[in-house]
Amino acid sequence: MIQHLLVIPVLLPLLAACLLLLVGDRRHRSQATLGGLALLANLGVALLLLAQAMGGTGPSAYGVYLPSNWEAPFGIVLVLDRLSAMMLVVAAVVALMAQLFSLARWDKAGAHFHVLLQIQVMGVNGAFLTGDLFNLFVFFEVMLAASYGLLLHGSGPSRVKAGLHYVTINLVASSLFLVGASMIYGVTGTLNFADLAAKIPLLAAQDRPLLHAACAVLAVAFLAKAAMWPLNAWLVPAYSSASAPAGAVFALLTKVGVYVLLRLSTLWFSPQAGDSAGFGSAWLLWGGMGTLAFGALGMLASQRPARLAGFAVIVSSGTLLAVVGLARPEVTAGALYYLPTSTFAVSAFFLIAELMERSRLSETRSRLAPEDEEDHLPFALAEQELNEDTNLDDQQEALIGRPIPAATALLGLAFIACTLLVAGLPPLSGFVGKVLMLSALLKDTGTVAWTLLTLVVLSGLFALVALSRVGMRFFWAPVNRAAPVLRVAEFLPIALLVLLCGIYTVRAETVMAYTRSTVQALYTPAGYVQAVMGARPLPTATNADRLGLPPPQAAAP
Amino acid sequence: MEIMLAIAIGALTTCGVWLLLRPRTYQVIMGLSLLSYGVNLFIFSMGRLAVDLEPVLVPGQPVTLQFNADPMPQALVLTAIVIGFAMTALFLVLLLAQRGFFGNDHVDGQGDAE
Repeated sequence: MIQHLLVIPVLLPLLAACLLLLVGDRRHRSQATLGGLALLANLGVALLLLAQAMGGTGPSAYGVYLPSNWEAPFGIVLVLDRLSAMMLVVAAVVALMAQLFSLARWDKAGAHFHVLLQIQVMGVNGAFLTGDLFNLFVFFEVMLAASYGLLLHGSGPSRVKAGLHYVTINLVASSLFLVGASMIYGVTGTLNFADLAAKIPLLAAQDRPLLHAACAVLAVAFLAKAAMWPLNAWLVPAYSSASAPAGAVFALLTKVGVYVLLRLSTLWFSPQAGDSAGFGSAWLLWGGMGTLAFGALGMLASQRPARLAGFAVIVSSGTLLAVVGLARPEVTAGALYYLPTSTFAVSAFFLIAELMERSRLSETRSRLAPEDEEDHLPFALAEQELNEDTNLDDQQEALIGRPIPAATALLGLAFIACTLLVAGLPPLSGFVGKVLMLSALLKDTGTVAWTLLTLVVLSGLFALVALSRVGMRFFWAPVNRAAPVLRVAEFLPIALLVLLCGIYTVRAETVMAYTRSTVQALYTPAGYVQAVMGARPLPTATNADRLGLPPPQAAAP
Repeated sequence: MEIMLAIAIGALTTCGVWLLLRPRTYQVIMGLSLLSYGVNLFIFSMGRLAVDLEPVLVPGQPVTLQFNADPMPQALVLTAIVIGFAMTALFLVLLLAQRGFFGNDHVDGQGDAE
């Protein structure tokens, strides 16, 4: 059983989605229960896999599964290492929280929400586990197909418009993916990550430019997914018009792009890769810094909470891309600490943003997508009308304000926590993550390190300014406005995500030990290659002959 | 044959990209289709072009690419065709929804300024 654990993150959501389709869209309650149970089980499996990856040392830190029972370069291979185990857990947590949030009402806003969410989880999990480019393409497409559905969930003009752009851009990116992958196959004759890592150093000199061109074309597909500037113009309109639970899940999707770039750049262009060593890292570095600057300015320029959350996604992935491009183990370890916390924070922020925006709209209108052109807070600007008895300054006598309703207070607290996390202020884990990265950067006195350091600090400052401005207008401006109505199912996931970041802060040392050994394994890819290429298929009646092994004993009649 | 295929791929891709950048949704979907045809042919050509090679293994013949067609690009093309087909269908639905919401077929939902 334990050896088959590796395939469960892919199979379980797929089976759950099939079952949910059979249950049908009319029976909401059983659908929600079933979907929730599947996501809980998925989280459990992810945690077991994390424990397995954490416990192993040397070659046993890698879990390799051969679904077709053929050895590595010929058959499909699923690979688990510390990085993918960590990403699986992050994905499982975010998906579960998004599902919990959707139970309040979003899952009824359109057809098949739970099915789409399961397929989304399957695509993301598969992309983290797969060990070859072909299946990476397949899982990318599964993930994208589900994300198209989730983006359009709830319908409305701005969702359709943003969806049209999103689908077009991703279809073009998929075409580039195919071109890159097939060129790599044409040059090297293999699509397996580990096999490629072994073959790239041996390539003939005249084939190398072709390989580099292929990798560059391939990288454009991942960079569009990871939202690198200037390939990220689609992101903010799409993510900010998506429904809140969908937005929370989408915060994961950019991380898939970053994950693939980190995995492939460390595996293929390691220092052992001859002339290809470090290929493209300068592009990642400068592109990442451009993305960071773009995201920080974008945060400063936007007023609607959902748009702010969209730009927060860009800031987070810009930081990660720049660090991947820098390729310094100590900085990358800090970035891997930063990755889960920024994902949780941005997901929680998408959820909070919806609650904030909703309180000014009627129940039916808030289900429709907001028009993305109107990027302002309608409740806090020109049309706002002050109460007659509002205290504006100390000279007025009546200082008794309106009591803050509990829901507003809770939402405000969650918003402050998110602000601290996104901007990277103490005492929460956003701060720890940034300090880890910055202190590692400080050991280097080069111009590049200083530029990156300045950008990271400045982006935090910009995020703080932008978020506190919106927060003050929403929570403090005295406006005649109904207090937000919170349901337990809506507030619970936000609180859990923030709480998780709290625990994450306290356990920073354990997590850092984990990410340090992750990075150590990433930058010495020989272990990965050995583990994958050394995996032997299990002897069965049909292939025992080929493997030169005795056939397995038939079961006693 | 190589020249023919290269010209075909180039022409399909060029037309695809040009149509993709047009303002009407119908042109965009045609562009995407042409682009995916170009890409599929490209993938096919990456498995080496050959005539009269066995697509499946034949008893008594050595199993090398000298005697057999490369199955890998074919599998990749097949997957790409299936996925591309489904995505085109989805795009058509979106196109119709967009037309319903905005009453025109401009990709940004804005009619001509006349």
